[in-house]
Amino acid sequence: MTTTAITPEGGQASPASMENPALHVDGLWKIFGPRADKIIGTEQANLSRKELQEKTGHVVGIRDVSFDVAPGEVFVVMGLSGSGKSTLVRLLTRLIEPTAGTVELYGEKITGMDDSALLETRRRKVSMVFQHFGLLPHRKVVDNVGFGLEVRGEGKSQRRNRAQEMVDLVGLSGYENNFPDQLSGGMQQRVGLARALAADPEILMFDEPFSALDPLIRRDMQNEVIRLHEEVGKTMVFITHDLAEALKLGDRILIMRDGEIVQIGTPDEVVGAPADEYVRDFTSEVPKSHVLTLKWVMRPDTGEVPADAPALPHDQIVRDAARIVLDHDGPCRVVDGDKVVGVVDDEDILRVVVAEEAH
Amino acid sequence: MAVDTATAVPPPPPARQQENKEEQPYLERGKKRHTGPLLLGILVVWLVVFALLKNHDTRALGLQDTTDFHEWLNRIRDWVQLHGPDNWFFGGVLGFIGDTFNNIFTFLQKLVSIPAFPRPVPQIGWLGVVAVFAWIAWAVAGLRSTILVVITFLLFGVFGLWQDSIDLLLVTILAVLVCFIIGLPLGIAMARRTTMSNIVTPLLDIAQTMPPFAYLAPVALGFGIGPTTAIVLTVVYALPPLVRITEHGIRSVPETTIEAARSLGLTSSQMLRRVELPMAKRTIVVGVNQSMMAALSMATIAALVNGPGLGKPVNAALQIQNIGAASVAGLLIVLMAIMLDRTTTAASERSGGVASVSGPQVLLMGVVLEKLPRWATEDAGRGVRHPRLTNAGKWTIRGLWLIPVLVAVYLSRQQLNFAQFPGRDVWGFLKPIDGKSVTKYINDFSNWFIDKVDTFTLALKNDVTKVVINPFQNLLAESPWWAMALVILAIAFVLGGWRPTVISAVCLAIIFGTGLWNDSMVTLAMTLLATLLVMVVAVILGVGMGRSRRTDTIIRPFLDAFQTIPPFVYLVPALALFGVGRFTAIMAALAYAAPIATKLVADGIRGVAPTTVEAARSTGSTTWQMITKVQLPMARESLVLATNQGLLYVLSMVVIGGLVGGGSLGYIVVSGFSQDQLFGKGLAAGIAITAMGVMLDRIARYAAARVGR
Repeated sequence: MTTTAITPEGGQASPASMENPALHVDGLWKIFGPRADKIIGTEQANLSRKELQEKTGHVVGIRDVSFDVAPGEVFVVMGLSGSGKSTLVRLLTRLIEPTAGTVELYGEKITGMDDSALLETRRRKVSMVFQHFGLLPHRKVVDNVGFGLEVRGEGKSQRRNRAQEMVDLVGLSGYENNFPDQLSGGMQQRVGLARALAADPEILMFDEPFSALDPLIRRDMQNEVIRLHEEVGKTMVFITHDLAEALKLGDRILIMRDGEIVQIGTPDEVVGAPADEYVRDFTSEVPKSHVLTLKWVMRPDTGEVPADAPALPHDQIVRDAARIVLDHDGPCRVVDGDKVVGVVDDEDILRVVVAEEAH
Repeated sequence: MAVDTATAVPPPPPARQQENKEEQPYLERGKKRHTGPLLLGILVVWLVVFALLKNHDTRALGLQDTTDFHEWLNRIRDWVQLHGPDNWFFGGVLGFIGDTFNNIFTFLQKLVSIPAFPRPVPQIGWLGVVAVFAWIAWAVAGLRSTILVVITFLLFGVFGLWQDSIDLLLVTILAVLVCFIIGLPLGIAMARRTTMSNIVTPLLDIAQTMPPFAYLAPVALGFGIGPTTAIVLTVVYALPPLVRITEHGIRSVPETTIEAARSLGLTSSQMLRRVELPMAKRTIVVGVNQSMMAALSMATIAALVNGPGLGKPVNAALQIQNIGAASVAGLLIVLMAIMLDRTTTAASERSGGVASVSGPQVLLMGVVLEKLPRWATEDAGRGVRHPRLTNAGKWTIRGLWLIPVLVAVYLSRQQLNFAQFPGRDVWGFLKPIDGKSVTKYINDFSNWFIDKVDTFTLALKNDVTKVVINPFQNLLAESPWWAMALVILAIAFVLGGWRPTVISAVCLAIIFGTGLWNDSMVTLAMTLLATLLVMVVAVILGVGMGRSRRTDTIIRPFLDAFQTIPPFVYLVPALALFGVGRFTAIMAALAYAAPIATKLVADGIRGVAPTTVEAARSTGSTTWQMITKVQLPMARESLVLATNQGLLYVLSMVVIGGLVGGGSLGYIVVSGFSQDQLFGKGLAAGIAITAMGVMLDRIARYAAARVGR
């Protein structure tokens, strides 16, 4: 982009360093095929997806994936179809059995759990929201929402109350006695959302929840997730193939291709410092001024800027800072707390904004 | 609490309405139905009435007793027999049809199965027949079918049932031919004109709901006893599937194709010949397959009205409980069923697309193919240089193979041993495997086996009869008839609403009018019990199959095989294991109806959306919770459909069970054929069976539609 772009601190986020993560994934593999476990650790594991399939008939779903998710974080996994993202989220709760690697949820090892412990985990700690909703057509909305509670053996009145709370929370009040097929797609996914929240899980997983919805409704639902995240503060793992959605929702984004991690980073890192051509390619259409922060466009401070020039925080998004910088005659200071970390002038701002016009 | 207020007052506008830009489909509350409690209430009232008024007004009728209605039917029969030949309808129309079929059939019989006077043997002997059928099988279906055909035909001869086997085959093929001639144009007309479809479909419905036993008597009255009756019966039974599948096949031709063809300016008949028929060909052949299987099973049953074929030896053996002899004939029926099924299936697979001529072709490939003239071969395509046969080439090869066939036909006209299948006296090596020996083996084995297990099977039979069948039958048959009718109507109303109730009322009135109320209730009891059993088996197997591919691949071939067997044959093993009695009929019904019901349940379970299953799994459902809370409820439409099909299958089999001591309506139908003065009663029993079939079918259908909500 520009020569002045600085590598963000820490560069590529290193995942293993987090203390007390909500979710800790280490060396996770999934190979589909009858002798999958024989392949890991051998030469063959290093083959590309295509070569391995040609030679052994096995298909690599997920290859050596490690990452941590912090408590309360919205962690987005994004990739195109076939990149393995949906497989990954299913490995996390062992809806698909991993071939190798560990998954820990708040220090509890999910891989290696016996069946009853796994059931317990699914019932109380992890909830999922699915692309095609997965609702039970023969049950009313309120009974769909309470299904998880019913499965874990809670009494009828208790689960009705809880379900009704959740119905209200996701904005479905008045629809609780409808059947799912009497609701529109967006409303059905609200039911899915309410069902996931009803169990009061420690972590919520979303598997492309809004892909089946119209664009307008999708935007509403994204706002709904943001609102719910603010209200209930759950840790969320969110799968999507839509970069805009990833940038909008994600605290951090994991980009996958062919079952491997390409990059993990915050939205501005992904757009500002794409790890390779692949990432650069599909971030190229993103309106950069909406994602990049000042830190990505500023120049080093050479002392030429007067101390009375406006001070802008380094993590402010370019678009929000543009008016101030353009109105001010001369460069502005970029600060990290009290420290001046760089300067930014009209040209730096315009470069980002104009670059978009060129597309 | 919140739920109560929500139902009591009109729902408040959703809290976050400004965010809901989507239009909601509709806001209709399903009516709350208390099906379970209502049914329980009906049962309680019923039991009370039963306790108080047991054995009053049951309308029981002794076996030899008849009512005025029966006598009236008898008089009609007498009239038809006396004046029929002079009547324009009976003598004219029906007589003409009957004579035509009789003549055709006798001609064919003389050609291949009975002595053609003055010859002591048919025109074409067994060798010729085998060769001709083998050639046909090879030409339409390939080498594997040919081998199957040859083995099956040889066994007809080896088991000493050549004439009966060929007769059965003739009836079946003739009937299917008639079906094809009637059914194909009918199906096409139905596909092209909705009015036509709307008129014919209900008729097909009725024909398919009627248990075959029900229309044996009227058809026999119209056409007299013999081949024509058998053929007409078989046509009535085998026509609906062909018509339905033809209509479906023509209708399934994609709209875009039709449009494209129309834009090219095809006329209506060009459209039919060049577009619709070729594209529907494969489906139509499937229809022929279904029609043929139906025809075979009906042609077997037609033995009861003296229809020619293998049904006769089975029936005769059942009368004297000769398991071995019944098994031998039954085995040949099964083999014939498999042969016809495989051949037509192979033919339909072949008619699908680019079919390479298989079979003996392959052996000749290297030698002949290279030497054939240009017009007979073409490149195999896709850049492959191997030559492949054109249509003309295929027919040339087939023509060449006709030469040895003609030689075989010639030999079979000249040599006695090739004309009449030699018995053990001529060909000594047949001794250990011919019909007599196999009958003996089977009788020995079954005696030995029955000896080992009969304490168990008989105890089972007696216990179940005593603990389950008798009490339930008594409840139905010993309740006052009016109480019983009210109970049935109430159940119909609770399950399906007004319409099935009205239909049931009409059906019950008809049953009452036949004067066979008590026997009908006995049959109903057996039907319901057997259906219950069928559904238990179907749910257990179907859930297993629906959940696991592996289980499915193991069980499905058995179900397929069971479905190919004509119902008549099920009586043989059931009789061997359990002796005569109602229990035996129920077991035969179970074996007959369970496969179709199981398949429907399995398909329903498999049809549950994978996302839903996964979602339920992600909430931590156990396997049991998954089955009971997700899969079975979501498959309930299939369950009801399976029950509906199961009921109809069971009903027809329970009635046929009259032959092995099933008693009631089925037995009355059979005695109607054998005893002159009971003809009218038998006819009335047929009417009662039909009414019961329609009633059960309608109740189940409306219940299904309601469950589908």
